[in-house]
Amino acid sequence: MKIELRDPNKIMKLSRLGSFHQSKLSFLRSFLQEFKDWDYQRDLFDLDESGYGKAIYSFKKNNKIYSLVCFSNHLKDEERSDRVIATKWDAAFVLHDGIPTKQDIDRLYNNVPKQEIGRVSYKELSLSRANKSVRIFNHVIESLAAGKQPDKKIISEVGYLYRTTAVYGSGKFGLADRFRLKNREEINGPFRLEMMLVYLVRQFTFDQVNHVAKLKNPNKAIELDKEICRNLGIGNSTGLGMAPFIVNHPILLNNWILARETALKKIREIQIVKPEDKDLFFNCLKKSLKNITSWNSDSEFQKNKIKQLLSDLNKFINFIENKFDFNQEYAFNKIYLWIDSNLKDECIEYIVSIMMEPYEQITNPLVKQMSSDEEKYFNIPTERTIFDLREILEKKYENIIKIDFNERESNKFFWFVSKNKEEPRLADRFVEEGHELEQPLAIARDIKKLYERITNEKNSKSVGNFLIDNNDLRHVVRRAFIIEKFPYSEIQDNIIGSKLIPIDMLRLKLSFFGALKFDPRSDKWLRITMFQGAPLPNELKNFNDQWIYNSLN
Amino acid sequence: MRSFSEIDTTTKRACKAMGFPWGIAEEVGKNIRNMELFGLPGVKNLNGYFRIYPNKQYQKISLITQNNISDKIPYCPIILGVNFLDQVKVLEKNKKINFKNIAFPMLFLPFVSRSSEIVGKRIFLEIDEKKFIFNFNQTIYSNISDQLIITNAENLSLSFIENNNSFSEDEWKEIYKLSEKTFVEEKDSLKAHSAGAGLTDND
Repeated sequence: MKIELRDPNKIMKLSRLGSFHQSKLSFLRSFLQEFKDWDYQRDLFDLDESGYGKAIYSFKKNNKIYSLVCFSNHLKDEERSDRVIATKWDAAFVLHDGIPTKQDIDRLYNNVPKQEIGRVSYKELSLSRANKSVRIFNHVIESLAAGKQPDKKIISEVGYLYRTTAVYGSGKFGLADRFRLKNREEINGPFRLEMMLVYLVRQFTFDQVNHVAKLKNPNKAIELDKEICRNLGIGNSTGLGMAPFIVNHPILLNNWILARETALKKIREIQIVKPEDKDLFFNCLKKSLKNITSWNSDSEFQKNKIKQLLSDLNKFINFIENKFDFNQEYAFNKIYLWIDSNLKDECIEYIVSIMMEPYEQITNPLVKQMSSDEEKYFNIPTERTIFDLREILEKKYENIIKIDFNERESNKFFWFVSKNKEEPRLADRFVEEGHELEQPLAIARDIKKLYERITNEKNSKSVGNFLIDNNDLRHVVRRAFIIEKFPYSEIQDNIIGSKLIPIDMLRLKLSFFGALKFDPRSDKWLRITMFQGAPLPNELKNFNDQWIYNSLN
Repeated sequence: MRSFSEIDTTTKRACKAMGFPWGIAEEVGKNIRNMELFGLPGVKNLNGYFRIYPNKQYQKISLITQNNISDKIPYCPIILGVNFLDQVKVLEKNKKINFKNIAFPMLFLPFVSRSSEIVGKRIFLEIDEKKFIFNFNQTIYSNISDQLIITNAENLSLSFIENNNSFSEDEWKEIYKLSEKTFVEEKDSLKAHSAGAGLTDND
């Protein structure tokens, strides 16, 4: 049986993209798979009794070495902020290519804690900073120093000791450009270096609390229980900075979604589902309920989504247990058709993710296709005609060209880059100043403008000739020819309209990272947890890939 | 050192700030990045051009022909470049294309480099005495010094180089003969058993 890929006009709506969940394709899971046979080592650990100082961790295989250099320092409580406007953090980190020399460490010491206003070099691959979770950091140290494990309930409520507030890569602040690394197979997956950094930071947080507790009470202190460590991840606060990324990298976005859609299609095409695959699917599904029931958020928007998800999941489990025969042919296709008609987006995408669990033979090859070469498709095929362009717009932007941009509500927001932090921001066009410096992210509006502009053009006219007088729309002409080849490259929504929920864009990206427990703090930023439940570095050689459902929380 | 990614982003924004549309600014960002990657002074030339751009007038060419002359005011290298890039598949039919009076012609070069890749032909370009060969946007060969800023080109000409080898047939035979010394001469038994397929493949 041949199943069609799902329709981009449906899947690429923001409300659907904002309902995506982690899966076997997620970057943090594929990172662990790739690096499971690398040698992990703690190369330097030079912290004082308060936990301030430096540490280095590395992954090594054959002649290749990646080193995480950590700098931890004192931070006053009143200076601690997750917002991008902060200038100081509890700890700062950089992933270095190879073994850092003494001179490298000195150079990094002078620059990495400064983050955006420091400079790193092409020898560095990723840069980050993090703040302690005030809620549990001291509690964990006090408990360990007193010879007891911390309260699991408190641990469970937070889920991490540190929270990163930014993770930079690919050329930012002098970091190595992507082209310098493109032939390295082990990092041929999106954000793999960033995942490595976050994963090693997690280990640093455990070593730091153990170290401080031990020096606080050398005779009585104990180490943090390994099981508790596994169930702690790294938190992350994410704001709007992440949102334009998915608009600015259309081919990458396509490749992520296409991998997911291809996996689903192939799973739906399986004629007979083996009993062990059915068991694994069902097992993951049931175990994952714990991740939902322990998913805390103060956001009413998210609380409602979680409530709906839980209700839908129970409905689905009831259906599977009482009304469904897994022995019938194309069982996963029948499941998909049922969930598509009976459940809401959040739960549909949740179950789609879990469907992938038994099928690494399907997902593993797809992981390798999730990077992109945006430059390859940058040139506009100017020999093509207005007829071609019109066809693309009508087929690929079917819903977009129906939006009425004469309405005020369709033009409510504008995206801009803040002068203070060089970070993307969103503002109300009719209230705030600055819309004349709008970033080219109003794709829907500009596509509609392009569609209207070509209405009276001759079909035979070349795109090159059209552009002579219409270069103000060049950026969307380029995109039209990209979406022709890459059907999932465009968000099929108006991201300057009054109905925009910006965190949907963040959730999409974070779900591909492998984040859990999305916790919106407003409609523009959220907190998440990464690597919660993951094996520890010295357990990587042999671990269960379904670790994400093994959380104690 | 600034990364190439930073150069791309920053020059793109600078170009937009000068009043060019975003789509053209994207082209310029990629171009300056490429120039710096090839060791050409992209940022220097762009700064030089943008320093005087607001106070001067530039000819914004639309359709490029075989001979393009702007006597009074110089051609804008960015608009010229964008149109050259967009029209190159038509323009390659001309053996030689001439331009008179281009401001900051170095900024035109990365467009030519990318055009060389689009048409799949090397392009030879002369700016007065300075010579360049563009190799499919992979490399640029030139006889200029490293950090050259040219504020104006009196004459700029370019020609598309047909895809011919740089060596004669005899020179090829000479090198091929040497390569043959790595081959094993096949006796009948080797012919019969060493290839995957049979001696006849008429099935």
